[in-house]
Amino acid sequence: MTDTEKVIEIQVLRYRPEQETEPVLQSFKVPFTDDMSVLQGLQYIKDYLDGTVSFRWSCRMAICGSCGMMIDGKPKLSCKTFLREYYPAGLRIEALAHMPIERDLIVDAGDFITKLESIKPYIIPKEPRTLEQGEYLQTPQQRDMYEQFSSCINCMLCYAACPQYGLDKTFTGPGVLALMHRYNADSRDGASAERMDLGYAHEGFWGCTAVGYCSVVCPKGVDPANAINQNKMNSAINYFTRFVTPKGGTK
Amino acid sequence: MSKRRPYVRSMDGWWKRDAYFVKYMAREVTAVFVAAYAVVLLVGLVRLAQGQAAYEGWLAALKSPLSLVFHLVLLATFVYHTWSWFNIMPKTMPIMFVGGKRVQPGMITGAGLAAAVVACLAVLLIVRGVAS
Amino acid sequence: MKRSNEPIFWSLFGAGGMLAALIGPALVLITGIAVPLGILFPADTMSYAHMLAFAQSWIGKILLLAVIALFMWHAAHRIAILLHDFGVHAVTVVKVVCYGLAFAGTVIAAWTLLGL
Ligand code: SF4
Ligand code: FES
Repeated sequence: MTDTEKVIEIQVLRYRPEQETEPVLQSFKVPFTDDMSVLQGLQYIKDYLDGTVSFRWSCRMAICGSCGMMIDGKPKLSCKTFLREYYPAGLRIEALAHMPIERDLIVDAGDFITKLESIKPYIIPKEPRTLEQGEYLQTPQQRDMYEQFSSCINCMLCYAACPQYGLDKTFTGPGVLALMHRYNADSRDGASAERMDLGYAHEGFWGCTAVGYCSVVCPKGVDPANAINQNKMNSAINYFTRFVTPKGGTK
Repeated sequence: MSKRRPYVRSMDGWWKRDAYFVKYMAREVTAVFVAAYAVVLLVGLVRLAQGQAAYEGWLAALKSPLSLVFHLVLLATFVYHTWSWFNIMPKTMPIMFVGGKRVQPGMITGAGLAAAVVACLAVLLIVRGVAS
Repeated sequence: MKRSNEPIFWSLFGAGGMLAALIGPALVLITGIAVPLGILFPADTMSYAHMLAFAQSWIGKILLLAVIALFMWHAAHRIAILLHDFGVHAVTVVKVVCYGLAFAGTVIAAWTLLGL
Protein backbone atom coordinates (compact mmCIF):
# COMPACT_ATOMS: atom_id res chain seq x y z
CA MET A 1 0.00 0.00 0.00
CA THR A 2 2.13 2.84 -1.27
CA ASP A 3 0.12 5.98 -1.77
CA THR A 4 -3.47 4.79 -1.86
CA GLU A 5 -4.80 7.07 0.82
CA LYS A 6 -7.63 6.30 3.14
CA VAL A 7 -9.89 9.09 4.31
CA ILE A 8 -10.85 9.60 7.94
CA GLU A 9 -13.36 11.93 9.52
CA ILE A 10 -11.91 14.25 12.13
CA GLN A 11 -14.27 16.30 14.25
CA VAL A 12 -12.65 19.32 15.78
CA LEU A 13 -14.17 21.28 18.62
CA ARG A 14 -14.00 24.87 17.38
CA TYR A 15 -14.19 27.91 19.57
CA ARG A 16 -13.63 31.31 18.05
CA PRO A 17 -14.45 33.78 20.81
CA GLU A 18 -15.21 36.54 18.33
CA GLN A 19 -17.90 34.51 16.56
CA GLU A 20 -19.12 31.76 18.91
CA THR A 21 -20.57 31.95 22.38
CA GLU A 22 -19.81 28.29 22.97
CA PRO A 23 -17.69 25.63 21.25
CA VAL A 24 -19.08 23.76 18.24
CA LEU A 25 -17.90 20.63 16.45
CA GLN A 26 -16.69 20.95 12.89
CA SER A 27 -16.10 17.92 10.73
CA PHE A 28 -13.28 17.42 8.25
CA LYS A 29 -12.48 14.60 5.85
CA VAL A 30 -8.77 13.98 5.94
CA PRO A 31 -6.81 11.67 3.66
CA PHE A 32 -4.17 9.87 5.69
CA THR A 33 -1.51 7.22 5.62
CA ASP A 34 -0.73 4.78 8.39
CA ASP A 35 2.29 6.70 9.58
CA MET A 36 0.36 9.93 10.17
CA SER A 37 -0.18 11.22 13.68
CA VAL A 38 -3.30 13.03 14.82
CA LEU A 39 -1.18 16.18 14.86
CA GLN A 40 -0.35 15.65 11.20
CA GLY A 41 -4.05 15.23 10.53
CA LEU A 42 -4.62 18.64 12.08
CA GLN A 43 -1.78 20.11 10.09
CA TYR A 44 -3.40 18.76 6.94
CA ILE A 45 -6.62 20.49 7.91
CA LYS A 46 -4.83 23.76 8.55
CA ASP A 47 -2.85 23.57 5.31
CA TYR A 48 -5.55 22.41 2.93
CA LEU A 49 -9.03 22.65 4.44
CA ASP A 50 -9.34 25.47 6.94
CA GLY A 51 -6.44 27.72 7.84
CA THR A 52 -8.21 29.14 10.88
CA VAL A 53 -8.04 25.96 13.00
CA SER A 54 -5.73 26.76 15.91
CA PHE A 55 -3.64 24.34 17.94
CA ARG A 56 -0.25 24.21 19.65
CA TRP A 57 2.65 22.01 18.69
CA SER A 58 6.38 22.16 18.34
CA CYS A 59 8.62 19.11 18.56
CA ARG A 60 6.40 16.42 16.93
CA MET A 61 8.26 13.87 19.06
CA ALA A 62 6.60 13.82 22.46
CA ILE A 63 9.10 15.96 24.28
CA CYS A 64 8.00 19.59 24.16
CA GLY A 65 4.65 18.93 25.81
CA SER A 66 2.65 21.43 23.77
CA CYS A 67 0.33 19.26 21.66
CA GLY A 68 -1.91 17.77 24.36
CA MET A 69 -5.61 17.46 23.47
CA MET A 70 -8.63 15.32 24.21
CA ILE A 71 -8.71 12.66 21.51
CA ASP A 72 -12.00 10.79 21.62
CA GLY A 73 -12.32 12.02 25.18
CA LYS A 74 -8.89 10.91 26.43
CA PRO A 75 -6.04 13.30 27.16
CA LYS A 76 -3.25 12.47 24.72
CA LEU A 77 -0.29 13.99 22.95
CA SER A 78 -1.51 14.41 19.39
CA CYS A 79 1.98 13.85 17.99
CA LYS A 80 2.20 10.49 19.76
CA THR A 81 -1.25 9.25 18.73
CA PHE A 82 -1.91 7.85 15.28
CA LEU A 83 -4.88 8.36 12.99
CA ARG A 84 -4.89 4.70 12.02
CA GLU A 85 -6.02 3.76 15.54
CA TYR A 86 -9.30 5.59 14.89
CA TYR A 87 -9.97 4.29 11.41
CA PRO A 88 -12.63 3.75 10.15
CA ALA A 89 -14.79 5.17 12.94
CA GLY A 90 -13.17 8.60 12.88
CA LEU A 91 -12.23 10.70 15.87
CA ARG A 92 -13.18 13.77 17.86
CA ILE A 93 -10.60 16.25 19.02
CA GLU A 94 -11.17 18.78 21.78
CA ALA A 95 -9.07 21.13 23.84
CA LEU A 96 -7.62 19.65 27.06
CA ALA A 97 -10.33 19.26 29.68
CA HIS A 98 -10.47 21.27 32.93
CA MET A 99 -8.76 24.30 31.45
CA PRO A 100 -10.42 27.32 29.87
CA ILE A 101 -10.48 27.19 26.08
CA GLU A 102 -8.67 30.17 24.67
CA ARG A 103 -9.39 29.31 21.04
CA ASP A 104 -10.15 26.00 19.30
CA LEU A 105 -7.69 23.44 20.69
CA ILE A 106 -5.66 25.95 22.65
CA VAL A 107 -6.18 26.17 26.39
CA ASP A 108 -5.21 28.88 28.82
CA ALA A 109 -2.25 27.37 30.65
CA GLY A 110 -1.77 30.38 32.91
CA ASP A 111 -2.96 28.68 36.06
CA PHE A 112 -0.65 25.72 35.49
CA ILE A 113 2.36 27.97 34.89
CA THR A 114 1.69 30.03 38.02
CA LYS A 115 1.45 26.86 40.09
CA LEU A 116 4.57 25.44 38.50
CA GLU A 117 6.55 28.54 39.44
CA SER A 118 5.17 28.57 42.96
CA ILE A 119 6.82 25.30 43.97
CA LYS A 120 10.36 26.45 43.13
CA PRO A 121 10.98 23.77 40.51
CA TYR A 122 14.75 23.85 40.73
CA ILE A 123 17.37 22.53 43.09
CA ILE A 124 18.08 24.71 46.07
CA PRO A 125 21.29 23.18 47.38
CA LYS A 126 21.47 21.93 50.93
CA GLU A 127 24.98 23.27 51.21
CA PRO A 128 26.10 25.46 48.36
CA ARG A 129 29.41 24.36 46.90
CA THR A 130 31.99 26.47 45.17
CA LEU A 131 33.37 25.52 41.78
CA GLU A 132 36.59 24.39 43.45
CA GLN A 133 34.69 21.98 45.64
CA GLY A 134 33.41 20.22 42.54
CA GLU A 135 30.10 18.69 41.64
CA TYR A 136 27.29 17.45 43.88
CA LEU A 137 27.68 13.73 44.19
CA GLN A 138 24.80 11.31 44.25
CA THR A 139 24.56 7.53 44.28
CA PRO A 140 22.51 5.75 41.61
CA GLN A 141 19.97 4.81 44.26
CA GLN A 142 19.64 8.42 45.43
CA ARG A 143 18.99 9.32 41.82
CA ASP A 144 16.38 6.57 41.48
CA MET A 145 14.36 8.24 44.22
CA TYR A 146 13.41 11.12 41.94
CA GLU A 147 14.43 10.22 38.39
CA GLN A 148 11.02 9.08 37.20
CA PHE A 149 9.40 12.24 38.57
CA SER A 150 11.89 14.36 36.68
CA SER A 151 10.67 13.12 33.29
CA CYS A 152 7.75 15.54 33.27
CA ILE A 153 7.36 17.57 30.08
CA ASN A 154 4.63 19.88 31.46
CA CYS A 155 2.11 18.67 28.93
CA MET A 156 -0.82 19.02 31.35
CA LEU A 157 -2.44 15.77 30.26
CA CYS A 158 -2.64 14.81 33.92
CA TYR A 159 -4.58 18.03 34.64
CA ALA A 160 -7.08 17.08 31.97
CA ALA A 161 -7.34 13.67 33.66
CA CYS A 162 -7.79 15.00 37.20
CA PRO A 163 -11.39 15.60 38.29
CA GLN A 164 -10.20 17.18 41.53
CA TYR A 165 -8.44 19.88 39.56
CA GLY A 166 -11.51 20.22 37.35
CA LEU A 167 -13.73 20.64 40.41
CA ASP A 168 -11.47 22.91 42.41
CA LYS A 169 -8.92 25.14 40.75
CA THR A 170 -7.18 25.90 44.04
CA PHE A 171 -5.81 22.34 44.00
CA THR A 172 -2.20 22.43 42.83
CA GLY A 173 -2.73 19.35 40.69
CA PRO A 174 -0.80 16.23 39.70
CA GLY A 175 2.07 17.39 37.48
CA VAL A 176 3.19 20.27 39.68
CA LEU A 177 2.93 18.23 42.89
CA ALA A 178 4.94 15.47 41.23
CA LEU A 179 7.60 18.04 40.46
CA MET A 180 7.49 19.28 44.03
CA HIS A 181 8.20 15.75 45.12
CA ARG A 182 10.90 15.43 42.48
CA TYR A 183 12.89 18.27 44.05
CA ASN A 184 12.10 17.33 47.62
CA ALA A 185 13.28 13.79 46.96
CA ASP A 186 16.57 14.92 45.48
CA SER A 187 19.42 14.30 47.91
CA ARG A 188 21.15 17.49 46.75
CA ASP A 189 18.16 19.68 47.55
CA GLY A 190 17.54 21.40 50.86
CA ALA A 191 14.32 23.35 50.34
CA SER A 192 11.80 20.66 51.09
CA ALA A 193 10.54 22.42 54.23
CA GLU A 194 9.82 25.57 52.21
CA ARG A 195 7.93 23.67 49.53
CA MET A 196 5.99 21.57 52.01
CA ASP A 197 4.26 24.67 53.27
CA LEU A 198 2.08 24.16 50.22
CA GLY A 199 2.37 20.39 50.31
CA TYR A 200 0.76 20.17 53.76
CA ALA A 201 -2.12 22.45 52.79
CA HIS A 202 -5.45 21.46 51.32
CA GLU A 203 -4.24 22.99 48.07
CA GLY A 204 -1.32 20.55 48.17
CA PHE A 205 -1.27 16.80 48.61
CA TRP A 206 -4.52 16.66 50.59
CA GLY A 207 -6.56 17.89 47.65
CA CYS A 208 -5.90 14.56 45.95
CA THR A 209 -8.44 11.76 46.34
CA ALA A 210 -6.30 9.09 44.66
CA VAL A 211 -8.30 8.81 41.47
CA GLY A 212 -5.09 7.72 39.77
CA TYR A 213 -6.04 8.57 36.19
CA CYS A 214 -3.19 11.11 35.97
CA SER A 215 -0.71 8.25 36.10
CA VAL A 216 -2.54 6.38 33.36
CA VAL A 217 -2.51 9.25 30.87
CA CYS A 218 0.99 10.56 31.57
CA PRO A 219 3.02 10.05 28.40
CA LYS A 220 6.30 9.99 30.33
CA GLY A 221 5.64 7.44 33.05
CA VAL A 222 5.95 10.07 35.78
CA ASP A 223 3.23 8.49 37.96
CA PRO A 224 2.09 11.70 39.65
CA ALA A 225 -0.45 9.77 41.74
CA ASN A 226 2.43 7.95 43.39
CA ALA A 227 4.40 11.17 43.94
CA ILE A 228 1.40 12.72 45.65
CA ASN A 229 0.05 9.82 47.67
CA GLN A 230 3.37 8.69 49.08
CA ASN A 231 3.56 12.15 50.59
CA LYS A 232 0.31 11.75 52.48
CA MET A 233 1.91 9.32 54.91
CA ASN A 234 4.90 11.65 55.49
CA SER A 235 2.60 14.61 55.83
CA ALA A 236 0.41 12.81 58.34
CA ILE A 237 3.41 11.73 60.40
CA ASN A 238 4.74 15.24 60.30
CA TYR A 239 1.32 16.57 61.33
CA PHE A 240 1.22 14.43 64.46
CA THR A 241 4.89 14.70 65.41
CA ARG A 242 5.65 18.29 64.51
CA PHE A 243 5.48 19.45 68.14
CA VAL A 244 7.71 16.73 69.51
CA THR A 245 10.43 16.35 66.90
CA PRO A 246 13.24 18.89 67.20
CA LYS A 247 13.30 19.76 63.50
CA GLY A 248 9.55 20.00 63.51
CA GLY A 249 7.41 20.92 60.55
CA THR A 250 7.23 24.13 58.64
CA LYS A 251 5.72 26.25 61.34
CA MET B 1 -9.99 46.07 24.98
CA SER B 2 -9.03 42.45 25.13
CA LYS B 3 -10.72 40.10 22.66
CA ARG B 4 -10.07 37.21 25.01
CA ARG B 5 -13.09 35.30 26.19
CA PRO B 6 -11.82 32.00 27.61
CA TYR B 7 -14.54 29.37 27.65
CA VAL B 8 -14.89 27.28 30.80
CA ARG B 9 -16.56 23.90 30.35
CA SER B 10 -18.96 22.49 32.91
CA MET B 11 -18.00 19.62 35.23
CA ASP B 12 -21.58 18.34 35.44
CA GLY B 13 -21.69 14.57 35.13
CA TRP B 14 -17.90 14.33 34.82
CA TRP B 15 -17.80 10.81 36.27
CA LYS B 16 -19.72 9.51 33.25
CA ARG B 17 -17.13 10.91 30.87
CA ASP B 18 -14.63 8.09 31.15
CA ALA B 19 -14.82 4.43 32.14
CA TYR B 20 -11.91 5.07 34.49
CA PHE B 21 -13.97 7.60 36.43
CA VAL B 22 -16.86 5.17 36.68
CA LYS B 23 -14.49 2.66 38.27
CA TYR B 24 -13.21 5.31 40.67
CA MET B 25 -16.74 6.21 41.71
CA ALA B 26 -17.56 2.52 42.21
CA ARG B 27 -14.61 2.34 44.60
CA GLU B 28 -15.79 5.39 46.52
CA VAL B 29 -19.40 4.23 46.66
CA THR B 30 -18.33 1.07 48.55
CA ALA B 31 -18.07 3.42 51.54
CA VAL B 32 -21.87 3.67 51.69
CA PHE B 33 -22.00 -0.09 52.19
CA VAL B 34 -19.21 -0.05 54.75
CA ALA B 35 -21.22 2.55 56.65
CA ALA B 36 -24.37 0.44 56.36
CA TYR B 37 -22.60 -2.58 57.79
CA ALA B 38 -21.17 -0.54 60.66
CA VAL B 39 -24.70 0.63 61.45
CA VAL B 40 -25.99 -2.97 61.40
CA LEU B 41 -23.29 -3.94 63.90
CA LEU B 42 -23.89 -0.86 66.04
CA VAL B 43 -27.60 -1.64 66.22
CA GLY B 44 -26.74 -5.21 67.21
CA LEU B 45 -24.48 -3.93 69.95
CA VAL B 46 -27.11 -1.57 71.32
CA ARG B 47 -29.72 -4.35 71.22
CA LEU B 48 -27.28 -6.60 73.05
CA ALA B 49 -27.01 -4.06 75.83
CA GLN B 50 -30.82 -3.86 76.02
CA GLY B 51 -31.11 -7.49 76.96
CA GLN B 52 -31.82 -10.92 75.58
CA ALA B 53 -35.22 -10.28 73.99
CA ALA B 54 -34.02 -7.19 72.16
CA TYR B 55 -30.87 -8.91 70.94
CA GLU B 56 -32.77 -11.94 69.71
CA GLY B 57 -35.05 -9.63 67.77
CA TRP B 58 -31.97 -8.31 65.99
CA LEU B 59 -30.77 -11.86 65.33
CA ALA B 60 -34.16 -12.80 63.90
CA ALA B 61 -34.09 -9.74 61.65
CA LEU B 62 -30.75 -10.94 60.27
CA LYS B 63 -32.46 -14.15 59.19
CA SER B 64 -35.06 -12.42 57.02
CA PRO B 65 -34.64 -12.92 53.26
CA LEU B 66 -34.30 -9.18 52.79
CA SER B 67 -31.42 -9.07 55.23
CA LEU B 68 -29.73 -12.04 53.61
CA VAL B 69 -29.94 -10.47 50.16
CA PHE B 70 -28.69 -7.20 51.62
CA HIS B 71 -25.71 -8.96 53.18
CA LEU B 72 -24.91 -10.69 49.90
CA VAL B 73 -24.75 -7.25 48.33
CA LEU B 74 -22.60 -6.11 51.26
CA LEU B 75 -20.29 -9.06 50.75
CA ALA B 76 -19.84 -8.23 47.07
CA THR B 77 -19.08 -4.57 47.83
CA PHE B 78 -16.67 -5.53 50.62
CA VAL B 79 -14.79 -7.82 48.29
CA TYR B 80 -14.66 -5.00 45.76
CA HIS B 81 -13.41 -2.70 48.49
CA THR B 82 -10.61 -5.14 49.31
CA TRP B 83 -9.71 -5.45 45.65
CA SER B 84 -9.70 -1.72 44.95
CA TRP B 85 -7.99 -0.89 48.25
CA PHE B 86 -4.93 -2.96 47.42
CA ASN B 87 -5.00 -1.85 43.81
CA ILE B 88 -4.49 1.78 44.78
CA MET B 89 -2.08 0.83 47.57
CA PRO B 90 1.11 0.96 45.45
CA LYS B 91 0.38 4.63 44.76
CA THR B 92 0.63 5.35 48.46
CA MET B 93 3.99 3.68 48.98
CA PRO B 94 7.36 5.35 48.65
CA ILE B 95 9.82 4.00 46.12
CA MET B 96 11.36 0.93 47.76
CA PHE B 97 14.22 -1.33 46.92
CA VAL B 98 14.74 -4.93 47.92
CA GLY B 99 18.17 -6.32 47.15
CA GLY B 100 18.89 -3.32 44.94
CA LYS B 101 15.78 -3.92 42.82
CA ARG B 102 12.76 -1.65 42.69
CA VAL B 103 9.65 -3.16 44.29
CA GLN B 104 7.02 -3.30 41.53
CA PRO B 105 3.43 -2.08 42.08
CA GLY B 106 2.05 -5.52 41.22
CA MET B 107 4.02 -7.04 44.08
CA ILE B 108 2.51 -4.63 46.60
CA THR B 109 -1.02 -5.29 45.35
CA GLY B 110 -0.39 -9.03 45.33
CA ALA B 111 1.02 -9.02 48.85
CA GLY B 112 -1.95 -6.97 50.09
CA LEU B 113 -4.51 -9.27 48.52
CA ALA B 114 -2.69 -12.30 49.87
CA ALA B 115 -2.69 -10.74 53.33
CA ALA B 116 -6.44 -10.13 53.03
CA VAL B 117 -7.10 -13.75 52.08
CA VAL B 118 -5.00 -14.96 55.02
CA ALA B 119 -6.66 -12.51 57.43
CA CYS B 120 -10.16 -13.49 56.30
CA LEU B 121 -9.39 -17.19 56.62
CA ALA B 122 -7.87 -16.58 60.04
CA VAL B 123 -11.00 -14.76 61.21
CA LEU B 124 -13.25 -17.54 59.93
CA LEU B 125 -11.14 -20.22 61.59
CA ILE B 126 -10.77 -18.38 64.87
CA VAL B 127 -14.50 -17.68 65.12
CA ARG B 128 -15.22 -21.33 64.31
CA GLY B 129 -12.66 -22.49 66.81
CA VAL B 130 -13.95 -20.26 69.60
CA ALA B 131 -17.60 -21.07 68.86
CA SER B 132 -17.30 -24.85 68.87
CA MET C 1 -0.72 28.32 53.21
CA LYS C 2 -2.91 26.92 55.92
CA ARG C 3 -1.90 23.50 57.13
CA SER C 4 -4.71 21.05 56.49
CA ASN C 5 -6.30 19.10 59.32
CA GLU C 6 -6.89 16.31 56.88
CA PRO C 7 -4.25 14.02 58.48
CA ILE C 8 -6.58 13.32 61.41
CA PHE C 9 -9.43 12.17 59.20
CA TRP C 10 -7.19 10.59 56.61
CA SER C 11 -5.50 8.44 59.27
CA LEU C 12 -8.85 7.20 60.58
CA PHE C 13 -9.99 6.67 57.00
CA GLY C 14 -6.86 4.68 56.25
CA ALA C 15 -7.08 2.57 59.39
CA GLY C 16 -10.73 1.75 58.76
CA GLY C 17 -10.14 1.07 55.10
CA MET C 18 -7.30 -1.28 55.89
CA LEU C 19 -9.29 -3.12 58.52
CA ALA C 20 -12.26 -3.44 56.16
CA ALA C 21 -10.04 -4.61 53.33
CA LEU C 22 -8.35 -7.24 55.48
CA ILE C 23 -11.23 -8.75 57.43
CA GLY C 24 -14.41 -7.03 56.19
CA PRO C 25 -15.51 -9.77 53.80
CA ALA C 26 -15.06 -12.43 56.49
CA LEU C 27 -17.09 -10.43 59.02
CA VAL C 28 -19.97 -9.86 56.61
CA LEU C 29 -19.93 -13.51 55.66
CA ILE C 30 -20.10 -14.61 59.30
CA THR C 31 -22.58 -12.15 60.82
CA GLY C 32 -24.78 -11.53 57.81
CA ILE C 33 -24.86 -14.78 55.89
CA ALA C 34 -23.37 -17.91 57.44
CA VAL C 35 -24.66 -17.57 61.01
CA PRO C 36 -28.19 -16.40 60.04
CA LEU C 37 -28.39 -19.31 57.59
CA GLY C 38 -26.99 -21.69 60.18
CA ILE C 39 -24.20 -22.90 57.93
CA LEU C 40 -20.43 -23.29 58.47
CA PHE C 41 -20.67 -22.25 62.12
CA PRO C 42 -22.36 -23.77 65.18
CA ALA C 43 -25.94 -22.56 65.59
CA ASP C 44 -25.20 -20.69 68.81
CA THR C 45 -22.15 -18.82 67.49
CA MET C 46 -23.84 -15.46 67.88
CA SER C 47 -26.19 -16.38 70.71
CA TYR C 48 -27.02 -13.82 73.37
CA ALA C 49 -24.84 -15.54 75.95
CA HIS C 50 -21.85 -15.81 73.62
CA MET C 51 -22.06 -12.26 72.36
CA LEU C 52 -22.60 -10.81 75.81
CA ALA C 53 -19.52 -12.63 77.10
CA PHE C 54 -17.57 -11.42 74.07
CA ALA C 55 -18.66 -7.81 74.52
CA GLN C 56 -17.81 -7.99 78.21
CA SER C 57 -14.25 -9.14 77.64
CA TRP C 58 -11.64 -6.47 77.06
CA ILE C 59 -10.47 -7.99 73.82
CA GLY C 60 -14.08 -8.14 72.63
CA LYS C 61 -14.71 -4.51 73.56
CA ILE C 62 -11.62 -3.38 71.69
CA LEU C 63 -12.41 -5.42 68.59
CA LEU C 64 -16.04 -4.32 68.44
CA LEU C 65 -15.17 -0.69 68.94
CA ALA C 66 -12.38 -0.85 66.38
CA VAL C 67 -14.59 -2.40 63.72
CA ILE C 68 -17.65 -0.23 64.27
CA ALA C 69 -15.86 3.08 64.79
CA LEU C 70 -13.12 2.70 62.20
CA PHE C 71 -15.56 1.47 59.54
CA MET C 72 -17.63 4.56 60.24
CA TRP C 73 -14.70 6.97 60.03
CA HIS C 74 -13.53 5.30 56.86
CA ALA C 75 -16.98 5.62 55.31
CA ALA C 76 -17.49 9.18 56.56
CA HIS C 77 -14.32 10.36 54.84
CA ARG C 78 -15.17 8.71 51.54
CA ILE C 79 -18.79 9.81 51.59
CA ALA C 80 -17.69 13.40 52.24
CA ILE C 81 -15.44 13.18 49.18
CA LEU C 82 -18.19 11.46 47.21
CA LEU C 83 -20.57 14.33 47.87
CA HIS C 84 -17.90 16.80 46.84
CA ASP C 85 -17.30 14.72 43.70
CA PHE C 86 -21.00 14.84 42.92
CA GLY C 87 -20.86 18.59 43.09
CA VAL C 88 -22.03 19.37 46.63
CA HIS C 89 -19.79 22.28 47.45
CA ALA C 90 -20.97 23.09 50.94
CA VAL C 91 -17.70 21.59 52.16
CA THR C 92 -18.07 22.53 55.81
CA VAL C 93 -21.64 21.29 56.11
CA VAL C 94 -20.77 17.99 54.43
CA LYS C 95 -17.80 17.47 56.72
CA VAL C 96 -19.67 18.38 59.88
CA VAL C 97 -22.50 15.98 59.01
CA CYS C 98 -20.30 13.07 57.88
CA TYR C 99 -17.71 13.29 60.62
CA GLY C 100 -20.39 14.21 63.13
CA LEU C 101 -22.25 10.98 62.41
CA ALA C 102 -19.05 8.94 62.63
CA PHE C 103 -18.29 10.63 65.94
CA ALA C 104 -21.80 9.94 67.24
CA GLY C 105 -21.49 6.28 66.20
CA THR C 106 -18.16 6.03 67.98
CA VAL C 107 -19.55 7.54 71.17
CA ILE C 108 -22.62 5.31 71.17
CA ALA C 109 -20.50 2.20 70.58
CA ALA C 110 -17.97 3.13 73.26
CA TRP C 111 -20.69 4.08 75.74
CA THR C 112 -22.61 0.86 75.16
CA LEU C 113 -19.49 -1.26 75.46
CA LEU C 114 -18.45 0.41 78.69
CA GLY C 115 -21.89 -0.20 80.14
CA LEU C 116 -21.83 -3.94 79.49
S1 SF4 D 1 3.26 14.50 35.01
FE1 SF4 D 1 3.10 13.50 32.98
S2 SF4 D 1 1.05 14.08 32.27
FE2 SF4 D 1 1.54 15.47 33.93
S3 SF4 D 1 2.45 17.28 32.95
FE3 SF4 D 1 4.16 15.92 33.49
S4 SF4 D 1 4.52 14.65 31.68
FE4 SF4 D 1 2.49 15.60 31.42
S1 FES E 1 4.53 18.34 19.52
FE1 FES E 1 5.93 18.27 21.17
S2 FES E 1 5.01 16.85 22.50
FE2 FES E 1 3.73 16.72 20.74
